[in-house]
Amino acid sequence: MSWTVAAPAVFAAFLSSLVEAVEALTIVLAVGTVRGWRPAGLGTLAGLAVLVLIVLALGPLLDRVPLNLLQLAIGILLLLFGMRWLRKAILRAAGIIAMHDETLAYASETAELRTQQSPQQARLDWVAALASFKAVVLEGLEVVFIVIAVGAGRGLIVPASIGAIAACVLVAAAGFAVHRPLTRVPENTLKFAVGVMLSAFGVFWIGEGLGIPWPGADLAIVAFAGLFLVFGLAGMGLARRPGREVLL
Amino acid sequence: MNGVITALRQLAHLFVEDGSLALAILGVVILAGLFAFGLPDHPLVAGAILLLGCLGALIANVARAARGTRSA
Repeated sequence: MSWTVAAPAVFAAFLSSLVEAVEALTIVLAVGTVRGWRPAGLGTLAGLAVLVLIVLALGPLLDRVPLNLLQLAIGILLLLFGMRWLRKAILRAAGIIAMHDETLAYASETAELRTQQSPQQARLDWVAALASFKAVVLEGLEVVFIVIAVGAGRGLIVPASIGAIAACVLVAAAGFAVHRPLTRVPENTLKFAVGVMLSAFGVFWIGEGLGIPWPGADLAIVAFAGLFLVFGLAGMGLARRPGREVLL
Repeated sequence: MNGVITALRQLAHLFVEDGSLALAILGVVILAGLFAFGLPDHPLVAGAILLLGCLGALIANVARAARGTRSA
């Protein structure tokens, strides 16, 4: 296994999972605080079980797809996903769209949960469990996609999974310790970095799928990431509102 | 049923947020594919189209979004 490819895959999976895990944690914490930890915990466990089933179902299917077709399909999805994050991070840093605020997301989720009546007779608060379940599944699907996308083309599913699991465990432990949304995680910077890496992987895989022999082989990913980084920073300068600093 | 539709919509939203950027990316990939199959002796032409096309699409999209905000 080449570390030139494995290290960016682990790093990309770790960073992107960190962002998704923080977003899921905010909702789970809101559910736990307002409606109790039992439905929050059960919703989370059910969500994790669904994610495991999706991975178990998708894994064998991927082996049956011809490699160049898999690289092409995954490359296109990675490029769409990565450039979407990159664009958003650039526009946020330039002040064109608002930054994502975990405190605001937490406040809005708790306010919504408080307005929904909890059924007094029910043994389990299904609305609360469902809110927790939905957050874990939706954010977790992004993690699963990233792990498959950065890992499937070259048999790097295991290193990418290790990166993703490490991020999820880290966020869960931090959330368990502080019992508050993790507002200090520099989400936009992480989104920018992950957008750069996933876009670079996307271009690389599409090229491989089309039979393009990239100069430098796997090292081309590093060069592509450098180019996306330079163009991303240039985009921030271009989009920056007059008189406003770029805040990544 | 509503839950399934919402889930599918959010799944699609993973990849497509700004339709014009997604279309531009797909256009670049198709163009690179045409060059890869049309000029098999010069595969790096397709590679250059793919890489520079994506970088150009990103910059053009960001510049357009910034212009749209300033003129609003």
